Amino acid sequence: MKIAVVLRQTVDLVEELELSEDGTDIEREYVTLKLSEWDEQALEEALLLAEETGGEVGVIALDEPDVEQILYTALAKGAAHATKLMGLPDDLRWSGPRAAILAEWLGGGGFDLVLTGVQTTEDLDGQISGLLAGRLGLPHAAAIIGVHADDGGHTVTVEQELAGGVVHELAVELPAVIGVQSSRRPPRYVPISRIRAAISAGGIEEVAAPAIPGEAIGVRRLFAPRSSSQAEMLVGDADAVAERLAAILAERGIVSRLGGVA
Amino acid sequence: MTGDVFVLVEHHDGAVTESTYELLARARSLAAATGGRAVACLLGHDARPLADGLAADAVLLMQDEALAAFVPEAYVAALATLLQAHDPRLLLIANSTVGIDVAAPLAVSSGRPLIAYCEALAIEDETLVATSQVYGGRLRAEIELRGPAIVTVVGSGLAVSRGDGEPLPVVESASAPAIELASAPDLSGLRTRFIARHEPDVGDVDIAREDVLVSVGRGIDGAENIELAEDLAEALGGAVSGSRPVIDAGWLPKARQVGKSGQRVKPRLYLACGISGAPEHLEGLAGPELLVAINTDPNAPIFDVADYGTTEDLFDVLPALVEALHGAGA
Repeated sequence: MKIAVVLRQTVDLVEELELSEDGTDIEREYVTLKLSEWDEQALEEALLLAEETGGEVGVIALDEPDVEQILYTALAKGAAHATKLMGLPDDLRWSGPRAAILAEWLGGGGFDLVLTGVQTTEDLDGQISGLLAGRLGLPHAAAIIGVHADDGGHTVTVEQELAGGVVHELAVELPAVIGVQSSRRPPRYVPISRIRAAISAGGIEEVAAPAIPGEAIGVRRLFAPRSSSQAEMLVGDADAVAERLAAILAERGIVSRLGGVA
Repeated sequence: MTGDVFVLVEHHDGAVTESTYELLARARSLAAATGGRAVACLLGHDARPLADGLAADAVLLMQDEALAAFVPEAYVAALATLLQAHDPRLLLIANSTVGIDVAAPLAVSSGRPLIAYCEALAIEDETLVATSQVYGGRLRAEIELRGPAIVTVVGSGLAVSRGDGEPLPVVESASAPAIELASAPDLSGLRTRFIARHEPDVGDVDIAREDVLVSVGRGIDGAENIELAEDLAEALGGAVSGSRPVIDAGWLPKARQVGKSGQRVKPRLYLACGISGAPEHLEGLAGPELLVAINTDPNAPIFDVADYGTTEDLFDVLPALVEALHGAGA
């Protein structure tokens, strides 16, 4: 089974986000980027599936800052190939233009299965997996928490998570696109020495990006929600905060009425 | 293009979801501005009885065996047929698994733009103005569109009821709406097949029934630290729950997950420890009486919806609170 995993760097939300001068984007020059957590889950699920079927995993990413790091990490984890699409248009903030470029490349790759994270934090115009499926004309399933190869290698059975923890089991003919919510096992750890070895070995293939720009959605402005700092912040050290909280819980009758310690 | 505002009726196991009724409320309001109708799109098999409670001007009912359970490919084909035949201004879909699965392929196949994670919609001078959540709820994006669109809408839930406005009314229709039968496209060649539905295992504790939840997020930093939350939950007579990353890491069982794909909870006290407050998590909070957030990140969105908050380290606050509670009870 030949599996492609689409990887993407996203903004690390631990950092404070500043708006760009025109207010329609974040200031990207100084933000820290990291592999989208859902893409990391997709990579793990792909590696598990490849191990079970004797298949191989290829990872693909657009040429964005620090993207080599996530591609080499994927190689160190067990991906057989890594591809970086070079020469991209400027506006790749949202999903549509990304999906257009990726679909063009993936369409010629002969993949049985395309896996990517179910979402990122920048999906203003939709999630990549569904957009890819639409553009490639392939069946699609999102919010998947397990992919299992069926006998014969023509279909996979997927577990789709719905609200309230309900799970649907679906059989999907290959080729297909799957949006992964979480992998069956937590993403594997890879020691830094193996990543360094992958870097030394090289192995990232650079390919010119197809010239298929999708239309970016028009954003009037970005802004911080108005309800910021609605919480009454408790001041002082941990002991002072705890004392105040205990008093609030007692005032509200939560401690005594619920059979707590009061 | 008509002024109609379509809503995909999401239903599982013979019941229409609450988010559908919220969407119908939005659709009625928008349709008044566009001069069209609020139209419920009901896909299913033997689904006719579900139409009666829908507060819409009309129900488009499409029935086919292939639509008996949610199969993404079948839904995309069915909705594409309805969009082509009726050309509405808007199609609203809940930002659920169904919405995430269906909206993007449908946007591509129908050639309509898609706006995701939308929390507010208005018509201003015939232009649609949509406000969406981005960057884990830290920012909002305002988008203008003059033509037709597909919009996935987040549940009003906690963010709206405690933030910018009143909760949307969840109204079931007292009188039966007009039902129009729609022909299904040929669904015989689907490449996706429904196999089975599995109900969740509630486990040893049903967090949906607990009055006090000490809920932990990524900030708890390891399974070995869950004990801190358990000590506090015991002191408060409650239970421990968690956000998605904690469940995915295997630090708590799935039955303890609060959020869009976990349980929807309404405790008297929700103590969010090391939880950022991503929209997917907040969708699982059905308005707790008191929400307290402990997070060292002062910009965490959880503080936007909490009643009380602190940026002190949870590893210091939790044991101190246990001690303070014991002191209060002594």
